[in-house]
Amino acid sequence: MKITFKLNGEQVSVETLPTMRLLDVLREEFGLIGVKEACGEGECGACAVIMDGRLVHSCLVPVAAVNGSEILTIEGYRETERHKVLMEAFAEAGAVQCGFCTPGFVMAIEALLRRNPHPNEDEIKEAISGNICRCTGYDMIIDAVKIAAKKGEGLW
Amino acid sequence: MKKFKNVGKPVKKFDGVSLAVGAAKFTDDFELKDALHLSILYSPYAHAEIEDIDVSEALAVDGVVDVLTYQNVPQKLFTTAGQGYPEPSPYDSRILDRKVRFVGDRVAVVVAESKRIAEEAKKKIKVKYRVLEPIFDPERAMDDDAPMIPDPEAHMIIPAKYDPKRNLAAELDISYGDLEAGFEEADFIEEHTYWTHYGAHAMLEPHAAAAYIDEMGRLVVISTTQVPFHARRILSMVLDIPLRKIRVIKPHLGGGFGGKQEIILEPLVALVTWRHQRPSKIVLSREEVFVSTRVRRSARLRLKTGVKKDGTITALEMDVLLNGGAYGTHGLTVLSNVGSKSLPMLNKVPAMRFFARSVYTNLPVAGAYRGYGATQAYFAINQQIDMIARKLGIDVLDYWKRIHIREGETSKIFELIGEGREGTPQLITSEHLDEAIDLGAKEIGWYDKRGKRIEVEKDRVRGVGMAVAMQGSGIPLIDMAAARMKMNDDGSFNLYVGATDIGTGSDTILAQIAAEVLQIPAEMIIVHSSDTDFTPFDTGAYASSTTYVSGGAVKKTAEKVKEQILKVASEMLNAPMDSLFLEDGRVIQRDTGKSVTFSEIALRSLYMENQFQIEATESYVGEISPPPFIAQFAEVEVDRKTGFVRVIKFVSAVDCGQPINPRLVEGQVEGAVMNGITWALTERYIFNQQGRMVNNNFGEYKIFTPPDMPEIVTIIVDSYEETGPFGAKSVAEVGINGPAPAIANAIYDAVGVRLFDLPFTPEKVYKALKTTDN
Repeated sequence: MKITFKLNGEQVSVETLPTMRLLDVLREEFGLIGVKEACGEGECGACAVIMDGRLVHSCLVPVAAVNGSEILTIEGYRETERHKVLMEAFAEAGAVQCGFCTPGFVMAIEALLRRNPHPNEDEIKEAISGNICRCTGYDMIIDAVKIAAKKGEGLW
Repeated sequence: MKKFKNVGKPVKKFDGVSLAVGAAKFTDDFELKDALHLSILYSPYAHAEIEDIDVSEALAVDGVVDVLTYQNVPQKLFTTAGQGYPEPSPYDSRILDRKVRFVGDRVAVVVAESKRIAEEAKKKIKVKYRVLEPIFDPERAMDDDAPMIPDPEAHMIIPAKYDPKRNLAAELDISYGDLEAGFEEADFIEEHTYWTHYGAHAMLEPHAAAAYIDEMGRLVVISTTQVPFHARRILSMVLDIPLRKIRVIKPHLGGGFGGKQEIILEPLVALVTWRHQRPSKIVLSREEVFVSTRVRRSARLRLKTGVKKDGTITALEMDVLLNGGAYGTHGLTVLSNVGSKSLPMLNKVPAMRFFARSVYTNLPVAGAYRGYGATQAYFAINQQIDMIARKLGIDVLDYWKRIHIREGETSKIFELIGEGREGTPQLITSEHLDEAIDLGAKEIGWYDKRGKRIEVEKDRVRGVGMAVAMQGSGIPLIDMAAARMKMNDDGSFNLYVGATDIGTGSDTILAQIAAEVLQIPAEMIIVHSSDTDFTPFDTGAYASSTTYVSGGAVKKTAEKVKEQILKVASEMLNAPMDSLFLEDGRVIQRDTGKSVTFSEIALRSLYMENQFQIEATESYVGEISPPPFIAQFAEVEVDRKTGFVRVIKFVSAVDCGQPINPRLVEGQVEGAVMNGITWALTERYIFNQQGRMVNNNFGEYKIFTPPDMPEIVTIIVDSYEETGPFGAKSVAEVGINGPAPAIANAIYDAVGVRLFDLPFTPEKVYKALKTTDN
């Protein structure tokens, strides 16, 4: 089946089984290695991407469902000014340890800041509640969001 | 506090950016053209022999290249433990065996053109098993009628008590002083039994390995390993491939916590690639990681203490039974650490006995896990001390201050227990536990909350509890690390270390140490780590060794390089070396103020006069293992109606010597704390009657997500370890030892029930509450 969608701003199409996971298509067909698999069942958020403005776990999305949609992965997002601010906030807060979960957290935070540029602590926690990090105590990630929201004033 | 340029600064983690943009390559991210994909068939039985295995239908599937079974792979016994040679773990494992010893043991491996083909073909393998009686209860493992679990030829290659026929993986019986007289002398005996449970490392990146043949015909293995040099040595031994033909690369690693200090997948990809001369690859699913990799071993600890009315502990006996699961990897060393990392804390006790056994059962395999036995021991010790202090009617903080080991003191245990052999005597060279206790107590509000049983809402009661712990900094006289450094034209340096950054930030702190010696910004150091071809040897990332041991090697290396720089500068400035000093990338003559830049020095030595490469290699072996100390405090809220325990706040005050990078220290402590809290409350392996783990996913094996988290505070206590690089000790493990006992003690403080058995699920707490109420 031919699936056509917008990927990181570019129109793309791929010939594949409709039941393939979006995660596999992104990694294998498009080489987007920033999309990580850590659990394969929507519990950890390492594979999170933004689909039509909504955060989704790409391991749970059959690729047929993205036909005609717009997908943003870390590889597309990293070209933006907003990502630069967020990335610097991550570094400043010490929010990256092993970094395997980081792209997923970054996408979840982008989805949050898009709809709420000034989140409070509970809103931040809620927004990243679908992501697991085993290295930090989340504190530093939450700090990073606060720093980014402040420094990126007006970007979101 | 000493003044530093780089050390003690929150230098940003070098790879932070590449990780945050998703560009950093982990094992699964390497593109291997035409790679073969592996899929493993696991045993559905906890204990069985393969009577017959028919792989013909699987082999017939289009795209299947090979099927590995015990019949066509080398049958050498080895240990999967990624430890130094000679390994203190039993040689009791084969790549694939005729006997399977737990649900999740490997039966066969399908090798195919794609992962999907391999997975499909796997279903066509027909196996006839002769099912054997399994042993799940470690207390039964050594019974006379218990079936023998390990291989009949299993053996240790070092002298140690090992009795595979009786399912005994390791045993230690250590004592000093007159135990009987000690108990006799006591006014009361406090004796309790504690149980700790299995735990999963749950590092986000699953175990993975890949291999290919390079243009010179050598075997290159890329894997999620904490121990690339041990992996190379063990691969060579098991597969009979000359070591010189093997290169092991550790790429970015998505966490390890001890779970990747094991040679699990490397032999499979290495074998397939060597045999078929094609690249190969395997990435485990989360379910496979839970079931077939490694866990924290469970423990039963009986602790008996004799105590006088004045609080003196007159004798202590610790009787430990560890369940190591189906293979003996790390059994003896974890067992040793149960005692060696905990009992020295109570060094004033005049008589002690440590009797400990690790047994085989038909459950998933235990390996190394952050804390490495100390975590289990401190669960018991900290509750025991809390109970004794309550009996004596004194504050547990004051009691700990009276009994804990102090700077300048030693413990007999240090020399009696080592890593699978006798230990190394050592004095405590830095210890600031009293300050840690005071700072932590202040932060948690100890004196306002302890014993107050504050009811925030009807039936919701708060309490506070605490725990102390220590760990080590590497294994003395065993762990060796080397570093190599060379100077480039622009005054930058390549730093090559065998030290293995598994996500901790060790590349960054090692650069900070080198930069401190050379008085340059850390970004002038380009770090290359963990490639057996290009970096010098290092035992690997375990035993809290990197900062202290690898850091020691880096410091020595940088000092050698500094000497060479000064020598060239002395020629250039026509001034004696001892009149020169380093500052901001220059060498300056003290009297005249004349200077040359590092770049000028490099250009001269590389291109102009008396040419040579400014470079050095140095090694470091720790003679002692200075322990970091920690005091940890929990405030909990217990719901009396449901038994639900919520941690409100968790405080850790740590003495890790001089922190090289305080932000990374906080990261290590908070990560350990969070791991310890969920291990205490929500994580658990649930097995069915056949020994199968039934909750092998993140939905049911519950790790906290951000909304579940309490407030976490980390305090770094001012301390300096003279023997460490710029005063540093280790920090990665110690923080996991306190959460479970601190929470247990806090639950008691809140509602008066004592929990001896982890984890503290609502059912268990509720049951205890009901029993106590009645």
